[in-house]
Amino acid sequence: MTTKQNINTSAISLRTNNLVVGYSTPIVKGVDLNIEQGKISILIGSNGCGKSTLLKCLARVLSPLDGEVLLDNKSIHSLPAKQVAKRMALLPQGPIAPEGLSVKELVAQGRYPHQSFLKQWSTEDEDAVTLAMQQANVEALADRAIADLSGGQRQRCWIAMVLAQQTDIILLDEPTTYLDLKVQVDLLDLLSDMAHQHNRTLVIVLHELNLAAAYADHLIMMKEGKIYAQGSPEKIFNADNLKAVFGLSSKVIKDAESDSLICVPIQKKKQTQKPNQALNETNKVEI
Amino acid sequence: MNRQQWLSSTGVIVMLVLLVLALIWHLSIGTKTISLTDLTHSFYAFDEDNFNHLVIQELRLPRAIIAICVGACLAVSGALMQGVTRNPLADPGLLGMLTGGALAVVYWSTFVNAESLVWLPLVAAIGALISAVIVWGIASRAPGGTTPLNLILAGSAFTAFSAALLAIHHLLDEQTFQEMRTWLVGSLLASDINVLYWCLPWIIIGLGGAIALAPSVTALSMGEEVATGLGINIRRRKWQLLACVVILTSVAVALAGPLGFIGLVIPHVVRFWVGADYRWIVLYCILLGAIYLLFIDTLARWIIQPQEVATGLITILIGAPIFIWLVKMRVR
Repeated sequence: MTTKQNINTSAISLRTNNLVVGYSTPIVKGVDLNIEQGKISILIGSNGCGKSTLLKCLARVLSPLDGEVLLDNKSIHSLPAKQVAKRMALLPQGPIAPEGLSVKELVAQGRYPHQSFLKQWSTEDEDAVTLAMQQANVEALADRAIADLSGGQRQRCWIAMVLAQQTDIILLDEPTTYLDLKVQVDLLDLLSDMAHQHNRTLVIVLHELNLAAAYADHLIMMKEGKIYAQGSPEKIFNADNLKAVFGLSSKVIKDAESDSLICVPIQKKKQTQKPNQALNETNKVEI
Repeated sequence: MNRQQWLSSTGVIVMLVLLVLALIWHLSIGTKTISLTDLTHSFYAFDEDNFNHLVIQELRLPRAIIAICVGACLAVSGALMQGVTRNPLADPGLLGMLTGGALAVVYWSTFVNAESLVWLPLVAAIGALISAVIVWGIASRAPGGTTPLNLILAGSAFTAFSAALLAIHHLLDEQTFQEMRTWLVGSLLASDINVLYWCLPWIIIGLGGAIALAPSVTALSMGEEVATGLGINIRRRKWQLLACVVILTSVAVALAGPLGFIGLVIPHVVRFWVGADYRWIVLYCILLGAIYLLFIDTLARWIIQPQEVATGLITILIGAPIFIWLVKMRVR
């Protein structure tokens, strides 16, 4: 694609140094994290484990109580806000567009950090918005009001806005929550494309375990404010870790065709039944 | 957006034409109707022996300019409040500034100086300013700091409290009430062109700031997290925006008293037309706010002439039905 596409391929680094984040009490308790460039890092963990809080601190929505977030070895919270926004974008959970905003206007907001009072709308901005709308496949919706769209379409528009920001790093907080499975897969395919074809670094908080295992290059499991395990899904997505992190009894199997790992929860009922009995019962139903 | 942008740009021209028409109407109508020839001559060939020329240049023109400024200031500060707090019901009165300004003026004329009206605008502006500081202070001490919700709650409580103090005062002190009652509903009757000279630098700062900060209001209206991601320093930007609101509202209170409604409604009317982009919203608020108050002030002087109705009342009496009609049109 064009040069504008592969924005800045020189090494960028995002890492945290003994990061402590919270409100009155710490929720994230001492996290050392190194985000790999051009890869998809996915944060998983049970509710309240601090994964969203960690992401918010990376995004500067929250300030650290202790430790720091380093972007190219500089503390992100002391860098000028606009300068960081040219390197790193955020899609928060469940964003709400103001009434009356059209899709194109929303996507155009992504150009905010690239504009100034003297440098208003440029052709560069126009190109970035057009490209982002193509990539997120929302071109056809350009003049529609955000409010009139379906959940999946709306989320595509927000992703387009973040893409228009043309940053190396994109942080996404549960981008697929409340969407149909098909839409979730479409969105993650799009994001995967952004990372692997266009060298963007993605950090995603995700609820859906199987999708996390399927799309993550680097999986980070959090428990009680700390990183419990991290690495490739191959290495760490197993029944023992899932039991420890989520308290979930499960079996992890591998789909032969896609090579994806799949977590199959063990249901209490079926667990107590003997396999033969279960088989008989299903037969009965069919008869 | 192209269609929208085209609509918005042509709208500016329409608005400018309307503004000129409203100005001409405002200047020519009053206790004495003045012909268009006299009106134009008073600008190009001023004759100080011509009574009509004097009326226009000395009385009506200053009043018209003040109406333009006050309308613009209130509409813009209402738009900024609504954008920053993400509350469609927010207006300049939300920070307690309108009742606070009124209260300051009433106390001043009761306890300090009842005769002279010279200090009134300054007292009003300071009262409005102090109110904003108190509301801001309360909100920032609440858990979570100056969140939109905290600001709204603190503002409503303060407004109710100062309104009660005002009411007590009215009941106990009829004389002050008699003197102040026109001012208290908002009026351009006693507005003084000299006050405008004092206010003008502040108006320029306030409106200039609003125009410069408008793009970030759009981002803020999408929520603080999105705005942070787009590179806005939330805390600093909110300070700047609220400083604009306080300046613009103080100026308006100084010039015309606690004039409600415009700050609440004009931004909504503007949004029907230009959508959610604050670069357009601010620009349109300046124009429509000015046109609206010119129009209303003309009506206020015209409806039961030779008497005149307080502008603040006409603002609401005429504005409310128009607004309801607009809402209905939009819902369709």
